[in-house]
Amino acid sequence: MSKIIEKEFFSKNVVKLVLEAPEIARSRKPGHFVIIKIGEKGERIPLTIAAANEKEGTITLVVQKVGVTTAKLFELEVGDEISDVVGPLGQATHIEKVGTVLCAGGGVGVAPMLPIVEGLKKAGNRVITILAARTKDLIILEEQMKEHSDEVIIMTDDGSYGRQGLVTAGMEEVINREKVNMAVTIGPAIMMKFAALTTKKYNIETVASLNTIMVDGTGMCGACRVNVGGKTKFVCVDGPEFDAHQVDFDEMLSRLGAYKDQEVAAYQKYLETVEV
Amino acid sequence: MENIIEYLKEERAQDWRNELRKGMKAKERTSRIRVSMPEEDPDVRNKSRIEVNIGLAAENAVLEAQRCIDCPDPTCITGCPVGINIPKFIKKIEAEDFAGAAVTLKETNALPAVCGRVCPQEKQCELNCFYTVKLKKTPVAIGHLERFAADWERNSGQMAVPKTEKLNNIKVAVIGSGPAGLAAAGDLAKFGYDVTVFEALHEIGGVLKYGIPEFRLPNELVDTEIEIMRQMGIKFKTNFIVGKTASFDDLKKDGFQAFFVGSGAGLPRFMNIPGENYNGIFSSNEYLTRVNLMNAADPEYDTPVISGNSVAVIGGGNTAMDSVRTAKRLGAKDSMIIYRRSEAEMPARIEEVKHAKEEGIIFMNLHSPLEYYADENGRVNRMKVQKMELGTPDSSGRRRPVPIEGSEFMVDVDTVVVSVGVSPNPLIPKALANLKVTDWGTIVVDKDSMQSSIPEVFAGGDIVRGGATVILAMGDGRTAAAGMHKYIQEKIKAN
Ligand SMILES: Cc1cc2nc3c(=O)[nH]c(=O)nc-3n(C[C@H](O)[C@H](O)[C@H](O)COP(=O)(O)OP(=O)(O)OC[C@H]3O[C@@H](n4cnc5c(N)ncnc54)[C@H](O)[C@@H]3O)c2cc1C
Ligand SMILES: Cc1cc2nc3c(=O)[nH]c(=O)nc-3n(C[C@H](O)[C@H](O)[C@H](O)COP(=O)(O)OP(=O)(O)OC[C@H]3O[C@@H](n4cnc5c(N)ncnc54)[C@H](O)[C@@H]3O)c2cc1C
Ligand code: SF4
Ligand code: SF4
Ligand code: FES
Repeated sequence: MSKIIEKEFFSKNVVKLVLEAPEIARSRKPGHFVIIKIGEKGERIPLTIAAANEKEGTITLVVQKVGVTTAKLFELEVGDEISDVVGPLGQATHIEKVGTVLCAGGGVGVAPMLPIVEGLKKAGNRVITILAARTKDLIILEEQMKEHSDEVIIMTDDGSYGRQGLVTAGMEEVINREKVNMAVTIGPAIMMKFAALTTKKYNIETVASLNTIMVDGTGMCGACRVNVGGKTKFVCVDGPEFDAHQVDFDEMLSRLGAYKDQEVAAYQKYLETVEV
Repeated sequence: MENIIEYLKEERAQDWRNELRKGMKAKERTSRIRVSMPEEDPDVRNKSRIEVNIGLAAENAVLEAQRCIDCPDPTCITGCPVGINIPKFIKKIEAEDFAGAAVTLKETNALPAVCGRVCPQEKQCELNCFYTVKLKKTPVAIGHLERFAADWERNSGQMAVPKTEKLNNIKVAVIGSGPAGLAAAGDLAKFGYDVTVFEALHEIGGVLKYGIPEFRLPNELVDTEIEIMRQMGIKFKTNFIVGKTASFDDLKKDGFQAFFVGSGAGLPRFMNIPGENYNGIFSSNEYLTRVNLMNAADPEYDTPVISGNSVAVIGGGNTAMDSVRTAKRLGAKDSMIIYRRSEAEMPARIEEVKHAKEEGIIFMNLHSPLEYYADENGRVNRMKVQKMELGTPDSSGRRRPVPIEGSEFMVDVDTVVVSVGVSPNPLIPKALANLKVTDWGTIVVDKDSMQSSIPEVFAGGDIVRGGATVILAMGDGRTAAAGMHKYIQEKIKAN
């Protein structure tokens, strides 16, 4: 049981939640995530620990609404309890001062990228963040990213906000403009794939944080498996961060779609029940 | 050992036992045939989660109990890893003292309702029964009788809460709530310790909950046992991963003096053949966890699962049988086992193989998968398999499967469950730098006390044995509890 202490909307579809979780707050390091489950019938979903306060015994999550479980999470109010929160899980991010870091995020990857951007900046790096989305309404966390980046570049597919073009166009622009020592990418698998191909051209070391489907988060099921450099790895225990140039994104993309039909149907059904 | 034999003799010499023995001639007892376990109709049960075995009616349990001749040298006991006083509990059933039978079981086995259902009796107690060994007849149905007595007690609504010593306020931690952890926790509580069980998942029970399906072991039954343990004062902390949520050092600072590690062999193995990461290919752990722990087949629950039409399960153990029968229950038209040896070598319980066959499971023994293929969406749609033959015995004594060149062919499948074994869970070894482990990743312990290379850390169950059985895990838990008790008491004396 974890009580919600604070709830703040960053936008219609992004919420910040502060939860009571003293043990996790004590043990977590940047890059770790938790798995939460709401109620007896809920699904287990992974969420990155965006921040923690050991003294207060709290952790912070930044969540984007995409389906049933995240929608249910949005409905909870301050004082409500999340029945299950377990963590910290995964390997901590390896954050050090390398110089200039290019962070490229899109879709569900923007929320989990926030603590990494913050960490990199604190470590003394020059951080350039690119936020990419199909259209203006889908750009999230712009303010928070600005706070922790030296520069934020917005890219939209339809040009409705920031510059028009894909995330890779923005990345090339920066790479051609200045020396980039390292890149980080989090987002839909297809975006990470092309981000990785882009940095590979320039031989820039790149980290991708993979957001695969998970069940237990402890290495027990293999739902989160990905192919990295020809070897099967479990994202929950070996990751979530990997060398982006080694990841088989096509396979990951396909695996992410495994339950697409069920997820869409479940969300439709959920929306109907909420409306009634 | 001496005193155990003495104890058994004394017990056997009691008047009520003598009376019963005299009540019926041995000849008459041995001429009876074993009562059969009533089962749900295969065509009904393979569409539902109802339990397959219905349980013996009281009069049949008594009839079966009468078959046991109350041997002076009860060899059956040597086959039971926790040394249940088998003739005593069976004779209590014969005397229609069912509550007394349950008490006898609980002297040495904390979860008789579970063991009566899932023990591989044919390789343990029943293998060593006088009937099997000497008479070459079907053994006394020890497992069915054990289940009967335990169920009778539970249904009576008067389950005895085991007596515990006065609380000594010494904190001990049990890591993992599978059968090993539960058995250790039960005994530690009896000794008077302040016991906390830490469990990584959101439910208590380990494999009993997330692995073994309801049609073999109803969850409610495990929950009842856990409720009794709560009444004994044992605390349970779910969603707590020792080594992650808190380190051993954190727990020591919190006052824990000794640890029992029963973290299981939860890591799924894959075969590393081409195409194994296509959609629709699961580890049995994932498949069973979705269905058993997350209730994915029930539309009221949020977790999804793929219910295939043509499902292949790779393997021949209990896990494979559970997966293939689960697939059938989720609506598969063809649900098949693909096993590289023959039925004789299958590690699964014989009863499960029999039940699976009755339920319409297809067995492709002496076959092994080589590669998987997928449709344009990345969903598996075919697999290439190869025929095998049996060669010379390997280190396990089973005949080695040898591929037959040129025998490959294709099978249409839309779901595959890989059930080729598990490896020890590395969480704890990773969290304890000085812990001695084998090359396989199992924790090295002293067999008599289950103490590891770190004096305050004890371990048992699958994390020590690799994949084993429920009753062996429980036996380890009990041995370890005794070892911990001795360790703590000696430490107190030394100070
Ligand atoms: C290690 C890790 C850390 C994460 N951290 C965060 C975080 O801090 N904040 C946050 O908002 N989300 C995070 N995610 C993603 C989050 O877990 C998913 O958004 C969530 O599981 C969706 O559940 P749902 O039931 O709401 O939607 P579902 O019904 O499961 O899915 C709805 C739609 O979203 C798509 N989708 C679902 N999961 C993912 C995914 N992982 N990647 C891409 N698309 C997906 C589905 O294809 C579907 O179309 C993280 C994921 C991982 C693996
Ligand atoms: C599908 C299936 C069917 C089976 N059928 C049979 C059968 O019919 N008969 C039989 O005798 N045996 C059977 N077995 C084997 C039997 O279930 C196991 O041998 C037994 O459960 C092992 O018990 P355990 O207590 O060692 O571990 P487990 O039951 O695996 O329990 C370990 C627990 O520890 C938890 N854990 C792990 N690490 C940590 C940590 N760091 N912190 C906190 N918690 C942790 C895990 O989440 C888990 O709940 C079957 C196994 C499976 C998978
Ligand atoms: S616990 Fe298992 S081995 Fe022992 S008597 Fe019962 S069924 Fe047989
Ligand atoms: S060996 Fe068989 S017949 Fe003899 S006491 Fe045991 S169960 Fe009864
Ligand atoms: S989520 Fe189950 S192994 Fe990673």
